[in-house]
Amino acid sequence: MSERMLRDKILPVLSAMSMLLAIGMIIFYLPDMKGAMGETLDMSFRIFYFHMPIAITSYLAFTVVFVSSILFLRTGKYSYDILSRSAAEVGVIFAFLVLVTGSIWAKATWGWYWVWEPRLTTSLALFLVYVAYIVLRQAVDGADKRARLASVFGILGFISVPLSFLSIRLWRSAHPLMFGDTSGSSGGGLEGTSLQLTLLVNVIAFVLLFITLVVYKMQNEMMEERADEIRASLD
Amino acid sequence: MDAILSLNNVSKKFGNMPVLKGIDLDIKKGEFVALLGANGAGKTTLVKIMSALSSPSEGTVMVNGKDILNDQGSLRSIIGVISHETYLYNDLTAVENLRFFGQMYGIASENLEARINGLLEQVELVKRADDRVSTFSRGMKQRLSIARALLHEPSILFLDEPYTGLDQHAAHAFEKVLLELDPKDTTRLMITHDINRTYNMCDRVIILDKGSIVFDSLMSEVASAEELRDIYSSHVGDNDTF
Amino acid sequence: MIRILHIAAKDLKEEFRTKQMLNSMVLFSLLVIVVFSITFAPILGSSQDVAMVAPGVLWIAFIFAGSIGLSRSFVAELENGCLEGLKLCPIGRSSIYTGKMMANMVLMLLVEIITVPLFAIMFNFSITGLFWLGIIIFLGTVGFVCVGTLLSALTVNTRTREILLPVLLLPLVLPALIPAVMATGSILMGASYGDISQELRLLLVYDVVFFLVAQLVFEYVIQD
Ligand SMILES: Nc1ncnc2c1ncn2[C@@H]1O[C@H](COP(=O)(O)OP(=O)(O)OP(=O)(O)O)[C@@H](O)[C@H]1O
Ligand SMILES: [Mg+2]
Repeated sequence: MSERMLRDKILPVLSAMSMLLAIGMIIFYLPDMKGAMGETLDMSFRIFYFHMPIAITSYLAFTVVFVSSILFLRTGKYSYDILSRSAAEVGVIFAFLVLVTGSIWAKATWGWYWVWEPRLTTSLALFLVYVAYIVLRQAVDGADKRARLASVFGILGFISVPLSFLSIRLWRSAHPLMFGDTSGSSGGGLEGTSLQLTLLVNVIAFVLLFITLVVYKMQNEMMEERADEIRASLD
Repeated sequence: MDAILSLNNVSKKFGNMPVLKGIDLDIKKGEFVALLGANGAGKTTLVKIMSALSSPSEGTVMVNGKDILNDQGSLRSIIGVISHETYLYNDLTAVENLRFFGQMYGIASENLEARINGLLEQVELVKRADDRVSTFSRGMKQRLSIARALLHEPSILFLDEPYTGLDQHAAHAFEKVLLELDPKDTTRLMITHDINRTYNMCDRVIILDKGSIVFDSLMSEVASAEELRDIYSSHVGDNDTF
Repeated sequence: MIRILHIAAKDLKEEFRTKQMLNSMVLFSLLVIVVFSITFAPILGSSQDVAMVAPGVLWIAFIFAGSIGLSRSFVAELENGCLEGLKLCPIGRSSIYTGKMMANMVLMLLVEIITVPLFAIMFNFSITGLFWLGIIIFLGTVGFVCVGTLLSALTVNTRTREILLPVLLLPLVLPALIPAVMATGSILMGASYGDISQELRLLLVYDVVFFLVAQLVFEYVIQD
């Protein structure tokens, strides 16, 4: 009962409140940002405070997929498969938002929508891997087999992402592109406590949002499973 | 206990669909067991679980007192399977197929060629030994698949509808091969829909219906093939005959 | 284990008897080279420009030809239930994987040995550093085949395996593809080992990691 309360009431309220707070902090609390030349940057840099927490959340999502995939293969419990698929579907949306916010930021900062910056490019690789994960799920018939094969792919995909990062970084350093090393320390001066605090609140807000979405998604999936079971027992 | 094979509360589900429900079964060394049941009763699934091809959702399968799921190969090398799938590579010749599987079972190469020739003679395929399997008829493939299963002299033999595609003569020859196996060395379990044959060949009969064992008796306690047929239809019903 | 070699030998014997797959892989790979060399005809005069695009073309040829071959790698095992027959044998599941992987490796290397000379001619390369080029191609191919063989088993039971395999495979081989293309480019431009050591190390890490992981998860892929 208390678990239900947590799920249905507290979690969404909490995540909505923290999200409001996070957005409020970005708009009202953050001081103006100075560029490298000392000029005041426009509002667009503030998207970074969405961008980074979303990126962190997307990595978190796929860590969840990885762990629950291993657990599914070890135990064969369906609840792990439901967790993997819910986390993957929510995670893929976050990964997509990373690309969107990343390109808006890139456009504002460098004038291009896409920069082959290692972390952004790694996010692209991550996004592609998990789109493939979802495509695989749709291509396999039979709940048992789908869960098993998707788990294997979830494990492979998670391992490939850090390797992607390494190779993209190597490639980037061999082909210096249109900007120098500013991307390496992507926020400029992040030392200011107000900046750090804003970032922290945003990370918490997005992680909460992610948890809420996954919990709801799982609830949905479980209800669907139950409906299938009832349907199967009828005929 | 001289049970060579023993199943304890074995269940299997595909997704949400239960296919086997709490099967308990002991098979003694040397028995020739018949497994009867309607289409979809779960016979093939049961044999797959007993031969470690698939794992039960619940329960354990013990062979010679050892859990088959922990097997490192020693149990699998005493099991042979003949099924309606032939397990043969179409682009290899009869001899190449047997040689390959012989290697997989770790049969020493000096014994292997003699063993292959002997088996090809038994299943009457010597003349076609160097032809590709894709040029074989269904019955010839089935005969070769019998040779394949006996290659490593298994002490437990599972037969899943082994008569598929065999003509009168081949079926008769196969029966001879099967009955010549020494019960001291070989335990046999056969799935078939042929009740007369079952009655004449086997010494125990098990009927599976909707994933449960509904009848289990020594054949000597069944008076005739007719009685066996009556028992079968009383347990399974005639709803599977069109 | 000797049985791994027997499995690889069996696969190759089957393949060389019909050569169906090998022929179409070679043909496809050569076609990719020819088509790209026609499209890039205007820049073929400038060796600088060629060096920018050619390594990518070479690896695209390998990878596309490879996915064609890999998508059929487990098809023969499905006919007559052979994979089940193999699973009945007293061999580790991972031996099946390793055997099939070695056979695929041989087929890929054959395709590559035929493709590279044509590539050199069409893109006007006098191939220097053949030894290191060989090493790069070998390491890149090992990574590709490691993941590809596993995914071939994973997709063989799906309706759309021919298209599903590349969709799953390409994002996963990206970390091997990038250093392979980079190192190939450097070598074709006359670089020495020192310039490509980082790429080679990355390829090696990729190969080892995915080979080991594949060994661990393969049994789940072919489980019933
Ligand atoms: N891989 C699978 N996935 C899902 N369901 C399966 C699978 N294999 C078997 N089944 C189901 O399990 C049930 C039992 O199948 P099984 O093959 O064991 O029957 P059987 O007794 O051998 O029948 P038959 O006489 O037709 O050979 C069937 O309802 C079948 O649809
Ligand atoms: Mg059957």
